[in-house]
Amino acid sequence: MVEELLVTARFNPKIDPSLAIWSWEIPVYLFLGGLTAGIMAFAAYAVLAKKDMELPFAHNRIALWAPIALSIGMTALFMDLEHKLYVFRFYTSFQPASPMSWGAWILVLIYPLMILQTLSTLRLGYPRLAGWLEGLPLGNTALNLGETLRRPVAALVIPLAVGLGIYTGVLLSAFSARPFWNTGLLGPLFLISGLSTAGAVALIGARLGCERHFFTRTDIFLIGVELTLITLLIINLGTGPAQQLNAVHMVMGGEYTVPFWLWFVLPGLLIPLLLEIFEMCGICHYSLAASLLVLYGGYMLRYLTVELGQLSTWTNYAVQFDPQLLERLTP
Amino acid sequence: MITYAMVIDTKTCIGCGDCVVACKTENNVPAGLNRDWVVETTHGEYPHLSTEFRSERCNHCTHATCVTNCPTGASHFWKDTNIVLVAAEKCTGCKACIAACPYDARLIMHPGGYIDKCTFCHHRVDQGLDPACVSTCPTHCMHFGILNDPNSVVSQLLRSRNHKALLPETGNIPNVCYLV
Amino acid sequence: MQRREFLKLSTMLGATGVLPGLMGGCSARPLPGTGEVRTSPTVCNICFWQCAATLYTENRQPWKVVGNPHDPHCNGRLCTRGSGGIASYGDPDRLRHPLIRVDKNGKQSFRKATWDEAFDYISDKMQTIAERHGRDRIALFSHGDGGSHFQRMLQAFGSHAYAHPSFAQCRGPREVAFGLTFGEGVGSPDRTDMTKSRCIVLIGSHIGENLHNSQVQSLTEALDNGATLITVDPRFSVPASKSKHWLPVKPGTDLALLLAWMNVIINEDLHDRDYVARYCSGFEQLAAHVQPFNPEWAYLETGLEPDQIRTTARAMAQAAPATLIHPGRHVTWYGDDSQRCRAIAILNALLGSWGRPGGFYAQEKVDLPEYPAPKPPKPDRDWKADVQADYPLVSTGISNVLIDHSVGPDAFFKGWFVYATNLVTTIPGVRKQLEQAAQSLDLMVVIDTMPAEITGYADVVLPECTYLERHDDLRNKPERIPTLALRMPAFPPEFDSKPAWWIARGLAKKLDLGKYFPWQDYREVLDWQLRQVGSSLKEMEEIGVKTFPRKTPVYFDPLKPVTFNTPSGKIELYSPSLEQTGHDPLPKYTPPQRPPSGYFHLNYGRAAAHTFGRTINNPLLFELMPENCVWVHPSAAAGLGITSGQYVRLKNPEGAHSNRVRVRVTQRIRPDSVFLVHGFGHTDQRLRLARGVGADDAGLMHNVKIDPVMGGTGMRASFVTLVRKEA
Repeated sequence: MVEELLVTARFNPKIDPSLAIWSWEIPVYLFLGGLTAGIMAFAAYAVLAKKDMELPFAHNRIALWAPIALSIGMTALFMDLEHKLYVFRFYTSFQPASPMSWGAWILVLIYPLMILQTLSTLRLGYPRLAGWLEGLPLGNTALNLGETLRRPVAALVIPLAVGLGIYTGVLLSAFSARPFWNTGLLGPLFLISGLSTAGAVALIGARLGCERHFFTRTDIFLIGVELTLITLLIINLGTGPAQQLNAVHMVMGGEYTVPFWLWFVLPGLLIPLLLEIFEMCGICHYSLAASLLVLYGGYMLRYLTVELGQLSTWTNYAVQFDPQLLERLTP
Repeated sequence: MITYAMVIDTKTCIGCGDCVVACKTENNVPAGLNRDWVVETTHGEYPHLSTEFRSERCNHCTHATCVTNCPTGASHFWKDTNIVLVAAEKCTGCKACIAACPYDARLIMHPGGYIDKCTFCHHRVDQGLDPACVSTCPTHCMHFGILNDPNSVVSQLLRSRNHKALLPETGNIPNVCYLV
Repeated sequence: MQRREFLKLSTMLGATGVLPGLMGGCSARPLPGTGEVRTSPTVCNICFWQCAATLYTENRQPWKVVGNPHDPHCNGRLCTRGSGGIASYGDPDRLRHPLIRVDKNGKQSFRKATWDEAFDYISDKMQTIAERHGRDRIALFSHGDGGSHFQRMLQAFGSHAYAHPSFAQCRGPREVAFGLTFGEGVGSPDRTDMTKSRCIVLIGSHIGENLHNSQVQSLTEALDNGATLITVDPRFSVPASKSKHWLPVKPGTDLALLLAWMNVIINEDLHDRDYVARYCSGFEQLAAHVQPFNPEWAYLETGLEPDQIRTTARAMAQAAPATLIHPGRHVTWYGDDSQRCRAIAILNALLGSWGRPGGFYAQEKVDLPEYPAPKPPKPDRDWKADVQADYPLVSTGISNVLIDHSVGPDAFFKGWFVYATNLVTTIPGVRKQLEQAAQSLDLMVVIDTMPAEITGYADVVLPECTYLERHDDLRNKPERIPTLALRMPAFPPEFDSKPAWWIARGLAKKLDLGKYFPWQDYREVLDWQLRQVGSSLKEMEEIGVKTFPRKTPVYFDPLKPVTFNTPSGKIELYSPSLEQTGHDPLPKYTPPQRPPSGYFHLNYGRAAAHTFGRTINNPLLFELMPENCVWVHPSAAAGLGITSGQYVRLKNPEGAHSNRVRVRVTQRIRPDSVFLVHGFGHTDQRLRLARGVGADDAGLMHNVKIDPVMGGTGMRASFVTLVRKEA
């Protein structure tokens, strides 16, 4: 019989009763980061494998969405900062042991490549936009540069995009203090999920039958891998030490069981998987619904992961006092 | 690295919370925030009981994950010691350090937007004084000193008494120890 | 910027989400102590241990308060409440202006007044009382340093009746009991020599939760030195958790245990025969008296195993004379408290601890002359003979008795001065009388620093400034090392508050009694007094504390005879004084009432974070402990269907309900008892932190037992049950 509680009232905002430091901003960033990685990877693949005929959307049009998605994601990230005026501090030093520092600098590398990749597709994919750009000073030069460097950029993008996708997971998994995150499976899981969401975007934009076919097939494979990785993650946590057992229990019988399985796995992975299989077999054509569900699933994965990681903890003290009373101190 | 450690005797700690109040006044900690607190653990069933009181704060770990995970270097070691400080002018408020601490609640959000935490009263240590909490404890159960010095009070206590630290299995090597 | 405003501003920044980041906050906050730092000596006034301290300000703002290292009350370390005392200066709810009750169209309220108006009002009423009834009809209730000034003023006026609630509601039984036994009381600071004790026995005392500074320090020092601690308490208190033996005694049966201990010690010949022979009288009667009270008998009463009773008795005897059966502090429990304290005194005498190292030392104070001033005229008659005739053994006021004598048109008292004591929650069982007294009294003046429920009954409320803004009498207590400590202001009085000496003097002048206060500023008094003992105000402003060498021995000299201030000159184990006044000369045990079915013993106590009800609104201490919880044993909780964190109301057998209070289910309490910390449940709406929080135990005390010897109010004989809050 153990009774362990706080003798003195403690209610540090965002920390008590459990960590609440990251709400929607970080999942949005992680989702859009993964989406960006996937988009860039598919766009680069289409170029390197010379699939301009079979995958016209991926070759010519999808790349534009990467900088859009990433910029929205970075805005969300900025919104999360509490000390916004000092955001430049990410770029006045490099901390090799900090995944977040790695991430800050990876983005420095990614942006120029991403812009170049986008520029390389504008004339083919978005002629009107390209035309407007040509009107600007140096616009022509930029577009030409992009097209010239199309292949080398694509070659560089593949590893960097994979890095970005994995990094969004490693960012969380490197926190040994958060048992739910502290598993090596998170990096690959987020990468695969990122590719899957990019595939969903491709499915929404693609018109050509064989391209749609390609992305449907690819997405089925990716969702399958995703489900496997999630299963492995649950097993990994479920066979770990006490704090990991407590963490995994949240989704295996605990408070988050219903949200995890019923509001994420089912509608975000299983149902779109089924819809895409039916699409492949020609039974029905709900690919738009499947794509939207995949995107929803991608966001939910990150949202739940961020939430569950904050809830999982090594320490847990019961409180003796109503935390709301402390609000009387700051009317 | 000069390792400063705090050694707290749970046999004479009465859980009065004086350390909490002294820290608040010494360091002008904003209302509603706590850099330290007191925990009570009771084992057994009536009438065979034992209760332990612990005053807890940042453990100024030798391998502080809050320092390694900080992307800007705001969370850093003071001079060549294990005292972990956060430089407010380098802090972006990303809160990675908060997520990185396995003990939770050691790093807290100052209303000004930067991270606040126990500093082992380094401004007092610099003058050869003990942290405010140690100096005020009415039962004299808190001790502070340099672990590298075998003749310091803390070294002697750790040699002569059974002791424990919180969650040593995290690998952070915490430097707040409790005599049991 | 005022510190308060800064805090408000910074937390406002925090509260508005996006804004703080954009506003940036301050980049490099200056380290504490790098600004302009000033210090001044003071004496903490948050409790009655009165530790000397140093008040630090930085850039003219309050920074911190730290114990004076030369003061034996604190040895350089203030307790939790002392450290938090600094927040009382900036408490936004403190009283700011004199208030006078006005009746406008049947609706009563307070209006702001000037000091002159307030003094005029009070002096008029006092004169009227004097004309109609007599000059001796005003009573003073006081709990604090400044009370002496009002006492002087009232005595000059002709009223000598006063009561410190700390007698009848707190220490009275032990002072009377030890006085009857040893000829002297226990005093404050308590004359317990714990640093040298080898065995300490706590009867219900929870040192460590009650935080009388050097008491706690000496107890933990004794523990560090390997002393055996024995705690008798229905709750597994903090000292119980550090005890070798915890005796979870059934509430109300402590006296049975004490008698059984005497039985064992006497029958096994474990008492200090030499000491008893030299210093004590009445041993034979005592020995005969305790024969029936063996451990087996005690087991039936207390629930404590006979083995445990014997073991602990032998442990006490083995460590004697360095064995201290602690007299406790707040000992008004069951109505037979004088007798229980007598038993404790007797037990100490049997073991020879009085006057010996590790037991009780002799107290001495500094021989500090009184400032030359006319002495108030001696009264014609002793007011106690009129009001407290039932309690001839008591030489001070019994507050509840004075209250009784203030109710109704024919009551003796017609006016009250209430200084620094919230009678409403301090004295149980008198709320009806307080209401009635408020109707029938012609004048009620309340002087305090904070709003309190008692101010609701007052005609005039006078704001005293906090201890950080005033001079008070030099601290000069009878204790181990004679010491003087200076309280001087670190800030000028806030708003229109004033020190007690100023208020009393101002009122005296209005009453043409100014000659009894022949000085302009209290600094003159302090300086004069200090010069008589070889110091000066200037010196004390530097050092804060000055110790003086003792002139009398600390312990008994075994080679010299000792006379005690009792009728026989000996330690009276058997008390003829009690016999002559119609009481039991040797303690008799009465079994306590059992709780009705479904009810629990209502126990209360202290917490380190607070001093009864007076600190609940202190922002620093409120933050530490914002509410009290009711401790319930798991079996009791299961029976009631309640769990930790839920809120319930406490209800007594007469149907009175408490405010909602949080439940704590814990093993640390007897299944037949509940416990909560006293001081919560404030109803005064002006206390914006404390109002409506927690439960007030005093309002539930339906069974207040009056001690026949000293008239005090026994507060632990009441019962409550727990009711789930519906709403």
